[in-house]
Amino acid sequence: MGELRLMKGNEVIAEAAIRCGCDGYFGYPITPQSEVMETLMAREPWDETGMVVLQAESEVASINMVYGAAGSGKKVMTSSSSPGISLMAEGISYIAGAELPCVIVNVQRGGPGLGTIQPSQADYFQSTKGGGHGDYKLIVLAPASVQEMNDFVELAFQLAFKYRNPAMILSDGAIGQMMEKVELSDFQPRLTAEEIKARYGSWATTGKTADRDYNIVTSLEMDSAKMEHNNLRFQEKYRTMEEEEVRYEMIECDDADYVLVAFGSSARICQKSVDIARAKGLKVGLLRPITLFPFPKKSIAELAKRVKGFLTVEMNAGQMIEDVQLAVGCSGNNVPVKHFGRMGGIIPTPGEVAEALEQKLIGG
Amino acid sequence: MTEEIIIAGFGGQGVLSMGKILAYSGVMQGQEVTWFPSYGPEMRGGTANVSVILSDSRISSPILHEFDTAIILNQQSMNKFEKAVKPGGVLLYDPHGIVHPPTRTDINIYKIEGTKIAADMGNVKTFNMVVLGAYLKAKPVVKMESIRKGLEKSLPERHHKLIPLNLQAIEAGVDHLEVVQKV
Repeated sequence: MGELRLMKGNEVIAEAAIRCGCDGYFGYPITPQSEVMETLMAREPWDETGMVVLQAESEVASINMVYGAAGSGKKVMTSSSSPGISLMAEGISYIAGAELPCVIVNVQRGGPGLGTIQPSQADYFQSTKGGGHGDYKLIVLAPASVQEMNDFVELAFQLAFKYRNPAMILSDGAIGQMMEKVELSDFQPRLTAEEIKARYGSWATTGKTADRDYNIVTSLEMDSAKMEHNNLRFQEKYRTMEEEEVRYEMIECDDADYVLVAFGSSARICQKSVDIARAKGLKVGLLRPITLFPFPKKSIAELAKRVKGFLTVEMNAGQMIEDVQLAVGCSGNNVPVKHFGRMGGIIPTPGEVAEALEQKLIGG
Repeated sequence: MTEEIIIAGFGGQGVLSMGKILAYSGVMQGQEVTWFPSYGPEMRGGTANVSVILSDSRISSPILHEFDTAIILNQQSMNKFEKAVKPGGVLLYDPHGIVHPPTRTDINIYKIEGTKIAADMGNVKTFNMVVLGAYLKAKPVVKMESIRKGLEKSLPERHHKLIPLNLQAIEAGVDHLEVVQKV
């Protein structure tokens, strides 16, 4: 068993990065995620593992530092909160276009614009449908506990390197700011220059050798035929992710008549709403997508064949509901799909969700 | 066993750290815990609150709309959280600065003169530990041994010399809990 601690989600992201052998973190402070860099700076990992921690002059600079370092085959990451992620969007698109691995943590706050510093899930579209320009996808993991803030750092890096694609941990201010008991991962050493060369030398800028051509890291391709070919390759990669990397959790869905669909902190709230509904004799379950891309559409389509309806619960005006509707549409059984959400940094309570379930779905 | 608690008062009263010590004590005795703070532009003098859940099983929602216990340390929090105590639950408050005492008849109400006791002890900063002691007398959810370990874990090493003073404040709270109403 790993080391047990009581920590904030944001602190755990930092500790997990050090422990998984991360080579570098480049960031810029913004509430509610500033504890990530604060913890890294306090831990001084450069003495312990050689990890670089750098406060850049802006979010734009930090994502481009990530781009450069990722191009050399290093395990690098950044973190920010919603407005900061918008600033990074251009860089993220370039990294996806150049097919480089990296981890981006978004501890979401309410928007649009500068919005509020309170929790939100209104960046679902931005994270899963692009955010930057061009046809690209991020691998998006949605932690629902402080423990998953630990576990998903290494998982995100594994997936990012497996597919040479940026991976995002889409958290929110609630998970970032709360403390829970967490079992920290064991320390893994950082890869040596030789190991990076052996593993990633085929694409990374590890130094040209006589037996191979130059590795050029770029998203630019002036020949449209080649650029289309690149796009087709990206799309094939995204289809493979959809086949192989879908992760989700089902809670009390076996006999459920109605299913709540929620991710991240909303899913935690919904677990209690399920208990409240069940205590009233209502057969309610919860499906929690863990990967938002790839989305668990097959499992939702399967459920749609035997349940009476779905309620998506999101801290936004209704974003994931579109993916649930698409999945239900594919099932051939057009059961109702409703949405309940709070916005602008308001967190719904378990009681509110249970009430919405009865009003919007069961009664309706 | 699951205990869902809200601790609410002014920033600077030690509301968040009381919650943290309680949560760490739960970890020390093998429980699942969550500590969920109000965060934002709060500062000394503004309102601050934290909900803490201690449980023997997996905790679902860290966000709650009703509580087993409310520890209330100013009037604004009384106005906000008296109604959020579950029927049969516990409300513990410090009467200092409370103009409108609680009026509910379906909950257990306790009082602790935390402000006064801490001042009498000569260290007003131990106020939150006096209140914690009173809470543990009303509801012994964690063992005193776990509290001692929780203090060791949550206080930085350079403050460990203050642990005996904190334990003394907790004891004072245990000794001075007043029962207002039992249901």
